[in-house]
Amino acid sequence: MMMRRLILASAFAAACSAFAADEPTVHVQQPHLQGPRELQDQTAKAVVQDYLDSWKSMSKALDQNRPDLLDRDFVGAAKDKLTATIKQQNAAGVHSTYHDRSHDVQILFYSPEGLSIQLADNVQYDVQLTKDGKSLGTQQVTTRYIVVLTPSEVRWRVRIFQSEAQ
Amino acid sequence: MRVGIPALVFGLALGITSASAQSGDLNLPRSIQAGAAFSVQAGGSGKGTLYIVGPAQFIKQDVQLGGAIEVAAGALYNAGHYSVWVTSDSSTQSGSIDVTPVQKPSDLTFIAKPSRLPVALHNAITGSAYVFDSYGNLITKPMQVSFQLTNQGSAPETRNVETRNGAAWTQMDSAAREGKAQFVARVGDVSSIRIVGEVPGDPCNIKMSARPAGNKIQLVTEPVKDCSGNAISDGTIVTFTATYGAEKTTVDVPLKKGIASVEIPAHRGATISVASGVVLGNQIRWAQ
Repeated sequence: MMMRRLILASAFAAACSAFAADEPTVHVQQPHLQGPRELQDQTAKAVVQDYLDSWKSMSKALDQNRPDLLDRDFVGAAKDKLTATIKQQNAAGVHSTYHDRSHDVQILFYSPEGLSIQLADNVQYDVQLTKDGKSLGTQQVTTRYIVVLTPSEVRWRVRIFQSEAQ
Repeated sequence: MRVGIPALVFGLALGITSASAQSGDLNLPRSIQAGAAFSVQAGGSGKGTLYIVGPAQFIKQDVQLGGAIEVAAGALYNAGHYSVWVTSDSSTQSGSIDVTPVQKPSDLTFIAKPSRLPVALHNAITGSAYVFDSYGNLITKPMQVSFQLTNQGSAPETRNVETRNGAAWTQMDSAAREGKAQFVARVGDVSSIRIVGEVPGDPCNIKMSARPAGNKIQLVTEPVKDCSGNAISDGTIVTFTATYGAEKTTVDVPLKKGIASVEIPAHRGATISVASGVVLGNQIRWAQ
């Protein structure tokens, strides 16, 4: 009996945490660059990693309605829009949880002066809207993001973060 | 109370079935242009709440079920994909909508580099631009961006470039003559201007002359110019070197009014050379 309860409790806990804990699958395509600037492997890897990290920050920020969690990974218009979304969610008494399932990333543009890198990401994610601890709905989304990152002191930060109609 | 696994699974299945029975699909446009008004058709009756949810924007609106729910012009304006839910005490209906940028450019981010460079360099000036609509959405459909570099006293150099995913770039040559060049990026009615300072390049050649001045030698260069004939900036260092036997004397002199001048001790048989940076000038053997 005790063992059965333990198994049930473990299964329930695993199901609850699965939404938040699963790591997305990531596929990175060869860059399809426009522009004269050569992209070093190290730069490409750093940009993709920083971009993937930004999804974690965004998910936490929107889940906890905490705009300060955006500071490390977002800047400019992308940060402004996400911050406004968090304020709107907060005012409505809801929060949203984004769980990215998969990314298919390709770098498209490295500006000649080296101050911006653009990439496209065919992403699959789940979004769940919650109010007072109760889920109002969950959707699976497949969309394509166009993202522009710019360098800061120690990492690339997302400056434009915009999904396109499929 | 004992609850067996089969009972739990059955209960969960009932819950899912029940939720499915209460939910439905909303009738709404698949996509709208940023800022456009649209309506959502939701079934049922009584009061409910509309939620439009995306990372770029969030909207909550109290609604009446069973008819058209109007979302006003200007309400949803950030481009992106949105999940839409209409909830009530007894039902949840869902859908999604894409918001696309307005196809009229309203803003341009333009970066020109460098802000100062030597004349007569090939493809040394770069410009890159991103095109936005009035809501700050990146316009990803192709648009023509015109880059124009205007140097004083010469015809403008123009490149028309089509944006890809909202970005365009170009490379331009710096002019043969020094001065301030105006670098303009233009798309539709929107333009952005940067000033690029074009300065003389390295000296093309340096020629000096020597004449006696008491027990010294006075060394004077001719006006120092780059290979396009631009006067090298005052303050540029010219180095005179005199070698006499094992003795070597070096004097650094800044250009003043385009020339460098200095007096050094006179030694019969001394060899005197002149240079600026990596550019070597002529050499003189002092025979007096």
